[in-house]
Amino acid sequence: MRDVAVIGVGMQKWGELWAKSIRDIWVESALMAMDDAGVDHIDSMYVGSMSPGLFSSQEHLESLLADYLGQHHVPATRVESACASGGLAFRLAWMEVASGLSDVVLASGVEKMTDVSGSEATHALATAADMKWEGMSGVTFPGLYAMMAVAHMHKYGTTRQQLAQVAVKNHENGSKNPRAQFPMRITVEDVIHSVQVADPLNILDCSPITDGAAAVILVPADQVKKYKKPGVKVTGSGHATDTIALHSREDLAAIRAAAIAAEGAYRMAGKTPKDIDFAEVHDCFTIAEILISEALGFFEPGQGGPAAEAGWTALGGRIPINPSGGLKSKGHPVGATGVAQIVEITEQLRGECGPRQVKGARVGLAQNMGGSGGSCLVHILEVM
Amino acid sequence: MPPARAWRNYPQLYRLEAARCTKCGTVHFPPRLVCSHCRNRSFETFRLGRTGQLVSYTVIRTPSAEFTGQAPFAVGIVEMDDRVRLTAQVVDVGFDELRVGLPVRLEFRRISAEGESGVIHYGYKAAPVRG
Repeated sequence: MRDVAVIGVGMQKWGELWAKSIRDIWVESALMAMDDAGVDHIDSMYVGSMSPGLFSSQEHLESLLADYLGQHHVPATRVESACASGGLAFRLAWMEVASGLSDVVLASGVEKMTDVSGSEATHALATAADMKWEGMSGVTFPGLYAMMAVAHMHKYGTTRQQLAQVAVKNHENGSKNPRAQFPMRITVEDVIHSVQVADPLNILDCSPITDGAAAVILVPADQVKKYKKPGVKVTGSGHATDTIALHSREDLAAIRAAAIAAEGAYRMAGKTPKDIDFAEVHDCFTIAEILISEALGFFEPGQGGPAAEAGWTALGGRIPINPSGGLKSKGHPVGATGVAQIVEITEQLRGECGPRQVKGARVGLAQNMGGSGGSCLVHILEVM
Repeated sequence: MPPARAWRNYPQLYRLEAARCTKCGTVHFPPRLVCSHCRNRSFETFRLGRTGQLVSYTVIRTPSAEFTGQAPFAVGIVEMDDRVRLTAQVVDVGFDELRVGLPVRLEFRRISAEGESGVIHYGYKAAPVRG
């Protein structure tokens, strides 16, 4: 296998982009990534998108987007793994370059979620759960994570305030990110008194519904000198699945797929959790960031809550998590999220992040997850 | 929902039919074609006992489109006494009574109805065991 590097990134401001279609949103980001790398042609492309059918009444998205990018006849592949679609698109693009099959591959993700009503969006997202055997009860995604929160609180004594602290920290980081959908600062009191969604989670514990896209260009690491920007090397990739029904898992207070995917990425990169300078993780709900910070080995099981409360995951803390603002503040257009994490890590490792820059960052980790943890991708990237 | 899609789940929804692996004894609900524990492919069918206890729970206050008229309602993960877990609405319960370990019994209840002349769907919901 060849070593692979990210050489270009593209992402516009996320939000409710009512004036733009799914194709416009995606093409803007893809062009930005190509311009950043200084390429006008790609050999192949991957698009992570969870449900353009339900959100935009449009399938066959990969060919549509290749056409609108002006890249006629290139091989194009749409990838679906619920909210981990973007992370999986990145992994497949990495594999294609690593294998020697292609030299310039675009990895991207997109979701246009605000053309449907809130309850229709909740339904579309719920299809990432076991629609028959979980769905019959009326449980929603916030409901599934709420049950993980109750289990974690029962097993370890995690508190409501600790959950809220994750949202407060991510909005603080997001306030420094010009692309964030919700860049406002919030307090623990704001979170606890916001609209109830699924006890104990309130609306400010939940990532929002977002329109957005993200794209990156991958090339062989030994060719980076041909391009405009410094390359960032992909040194580890891990991928794992689990039952999509939460009730089928032995421990509701842990995300096993994340731990297994992380083990794979750490082994490939020859790294341990202590070697990671910062991480972008899948904080679809506040409890998710706590569970993931434990699954990645940053903290012992049960210590994710106290660590968040102590400020260890804030910018300037022991292990900054989600300097971008995370899904919580930056937004969560599901298929784009995993690729946007790679965009943030690349820009951090190039030292381009201004007020939210992690000082001296040399090794970053991205963790992207589908459903309640039924799929997970972990990538490690390093300064070359 | 197409009638066939509902009909094929009646053995589980109406009678709680589960499958016990003949090799390792793992219980599957709903039944599967291959045991996810030992990969054996033969099972005996049996009916789950109706009792179990909550291992986690929540109260859904913002529902999806299909359940709009029902919120707020409680949902829980139930560990059945037959050692298999399932997700169900928790009914006939005060939200402040919900707790990990609450003993519950699965009851046969109406789940949804498709208009005046459509199919009425039945299934199981969990209610606390009283007294």
